[in-house]
Amino acid sequence: MVPLGVGDLAVMRPDELSGLLAAIQGRGYTLLGPTVRDAAIVYGEIAGADDLPIGWTDEQSPGSYRLTKRSVGTFFGYAVGPHSWKATFHRPELTLWQAERQENGGFTIHEPVPQTARVALIGVRACELAAIRIQDRVLLEGPFADPHYAARRRDVFVVAVNCTEPGATCFCASLGTGPSVGSGFDLALTEVVTDTEHFFVAEIGSSQGAEVLGEWPVDRASRSQIAEATARTQAAADRMGRSVDARDVKEVLARNLENPRWQETADRCLGCTNCTQVCPTCFCTAVHDLTDLSGRTATRVRQWDSCFTRSFSYVHGGSVRRSGMSRYRQWLTHKLSYWADEFGSLGCVGCGRCITWCPKGIDLTEEIAAIRALDQR
Amino acid sequence: MTPVRTEPWVPETVAIKRIARESADTTTLVLDTSARPGGFAFKPGQFNMLYAFGIGEVPISISGDPAETGELVHTIRVVGKVTEALTGLTPGSTLGLRGPFGTHWPLEKARDRDVLIVAGGLGLVPLRPAIYEILKNRSAYRRVNIMYGARTPHDILFANEISEWRGRLDVSLRVTVDSAGPDWFGHVGVVTTLVKLARFDPETAVAMVCGPEIMMRFAVRELETQGLADERIYLSTERNLQCGVGLCGHCQHGNVFVCKDGPVFRYDRLAPFFSKREV
Repeated sequence: MVPLGVGDLAVMRPDELSGLLAAIQGRGYTLLGPTVRDAAIVYGEIAGADDLPIGWTDEQSPGSYRLTKRSVGTFFGYAVGPHSWKATFHRPELTLWQAERQENGGFTIHEPVPQTARVALIGVRACELAAIRIQDRVLLEGPFADPHYAARRRDVFVVAVNCTEPGATCFCASLGTGPSVGSGFDLALTEVVTDTEHFFVAEIGSSQGAEVLGEWPVDRASRSQIAEATARTQAAADRMGRSVDARDVKEVLARNLENPRWQETADRCLGCTNCTQVCPTCFCTAVHDLTDLSGRTATRVRQWDSCFTRSFSYVHGGSVRRSGMSRYRQWLTHKLSYWADEFGSLGCVGCGRCITWCPKGIDLTEEIAAIRALDQR
Repeated sequence: MTPVRTEPWVPETVAIKRIARESADTTTLVLDTSARPGGFAFKPGQFNMLYAFGIGEVPISISGDPAETGELVHTIRVVGKVTEALTGLTPGSTLGLRGPFGTHWPLEKARDRDVLIVAGGLGLVPLRPAIYEILKNRSAYRRVNIMYGARTPHDILFANEISEWRGRLDVSLRVTVDSAGPDWFGHVGVVTTLVKLARFDPETAVAMVCGPEIMMRFAVRELETQGLADERIYLSTERNLQCGVGLCGHCQHGNVFVCKDGPVFRYDRLAPFFSKREV
C-alpha cells in the first residue's frame, strides 16, 4: 500500500482515536483538548480520548450556554466554549522580569527564559485556527515580536476538527473563516455519524501528521465517506445561527463614530469585559509593577487587559474614553474596522463567544446590522 | 522590511549624571549613556520608557541633542507617582530604560522649506531635538519660525536657550503665555494666535506641532486657514503608552498605534477621527 502523504484522506474508527492521541503523546506532546468542567466545555490537559466531551453538546444563545447529552457518543458534537487557545500561547498572566536592589543603590534586572511548551491541540476549529493566525500577525510579525508568545507557539501539533454542529451564535461562514479548516493543521478530522456508522475522515496536513497516522494501518477514505464528511461541513455552513455582512464593514464602522446606536448599546452594556476575555483575538495586556515588603525585589507582571475598563485609556489627567459608549465603540470598531488597517484582516473570526458570554446578550451581528441601518454616510 | 525585534519587554539600567530644575513641576534628567556601545542614538521626536524601581514605567520624550550620544536628556513634568519618583532621584542613582521608540519629526522633508514649530507647554520637549538639528544645519532650511506657548512666564521651559534662539537673526521666535502679571511684556494668549504672525510660504512650508490635544486641534485649524495642506502638518500625539512596541494595545487612537505608528503623525493620517470625542 502506498503510504499516506500530505493532502491525503484516511478513514478512522472512533476506537482508533485513542491510538491516535497516544501516538501524538508518544512524540512528547502534552495533549490539550476540550473537556467538560464546571458545566462547560473548556480546554485543558487531557490524558486521552476518554477525557473528551463524549456525547455532550452545547446549546448557545445570546447570554446563555447550556450543556446537554446527545443520543450518540460523538467526540466533537458541539461548538466552541468559553475558552480559546489564546490562553495557551498568550498567557493570561506572566512575569516579564524581576529587579533586585544592589548595595550601591542601583538595581539589576533578571529576565526569565521564555518557556516553550510542546503541546498538541486537539479539536481545533476553523475559527480557532483563524484566530491563532490573527494573533500570530499581531504578536510575532513586528515591528516587535513577543518572545513569550513566540516560544509557546514554536512547537505545536494541531489536530483540527471540521465543524458539523454550528452553534446558534456562530457566524464564521459569513466571515470566510469556517466551518471547514483550510490550512495550518497537522491532521484535520471530520466526524461522521449516520444511522449505521460512526467514523472520522482524517485529512493529512503535514508530514508529521502523516507520520503519526502511519503508525498503524489506516485505510484511505472512500469516495462516499468523503462525500458524507463534506456534506456535513457544508450543512454546518448552511445552518449557521448568525451572519455578518462583512463586505464594506470596515468603511461603514469608520464613518459611523457618531452613530446613535452606540449609545443605545452602551446603555445595555455592563462593561464587564467578558467579551474581551472570551474573544480569541483580543490581545491587549497591562503591566503591573509589584514590590516585596522589604522593597528590595520588584516584579513586573503582565496580565490580559480589556478596553472596557476606564484605566485602559488613562493618560495623566484622566481617561480618554470616559463613557461606556466610547469604550463599546472602541471595541467593535477595532475588531471590525481599524484591525484591518493595522494588521491586514478583520479582528473577528465569527466564533460567537462574545454573544454567548455577554450577560446582557449583546449581539455583535445585530449591532453591525443596526449601525448599517442608521449609516451616516 | 525591517527585521522583527524580539527583546521588547526588558529595560536596561542607566545612571543619572545631572539633574536640572526647569520650573516648579518640571525637571530635566541627564543620563549617562557613554558606556553604552555606540552611545544612545535617536531621532528627534522619539521617546523612551523610563522605569523607577518598584514604582512603574512611563513614556517620556527625548529632549536632548541627537548629536550628543554620550548622554541622554529627558525633561519630565510631575503628573503622577512614576514621574514624581523619577524626578525625585539624585545624580548617581539608577533607572530603567527601554527605547528609543516611535516615529520622528520630518526633518528631511522640511529641507529647503520654511519651517513652523508650534509648541504648547511640555510640547516643547519632543520638539527641542528637532530645533537643535535644524539650527545645527541652519542653511538646509529656509525661514524658521518657533512659536511657543506656556501657562505663565514661570512655566517657560529652557529659558536660557529660548533667549539664545531669540537672539539669532536667522530664527523667528515668538513666545506667549496664557496669563501673566504686570512684569510680562510679551504676548498673552494661546499659541495658535501666533501662527498668523509668522512669515512662511503656505504652499511649501512644513509645520511640526506638539502640545495638549485641544491646542493641537486649534493649531491644525489655524494652519489650514493659513493655507497649509494636511500633508505638511505633523503632530506628536499622546495616548496611554505602556509597552511602547505595539503589543499591549493601550495607545490605540483610531486605526493607529501611537507607540509604533507615531507619536509623530502626518495630520492627514489622523484627520478622520482626530476631532471626534473619546476615540
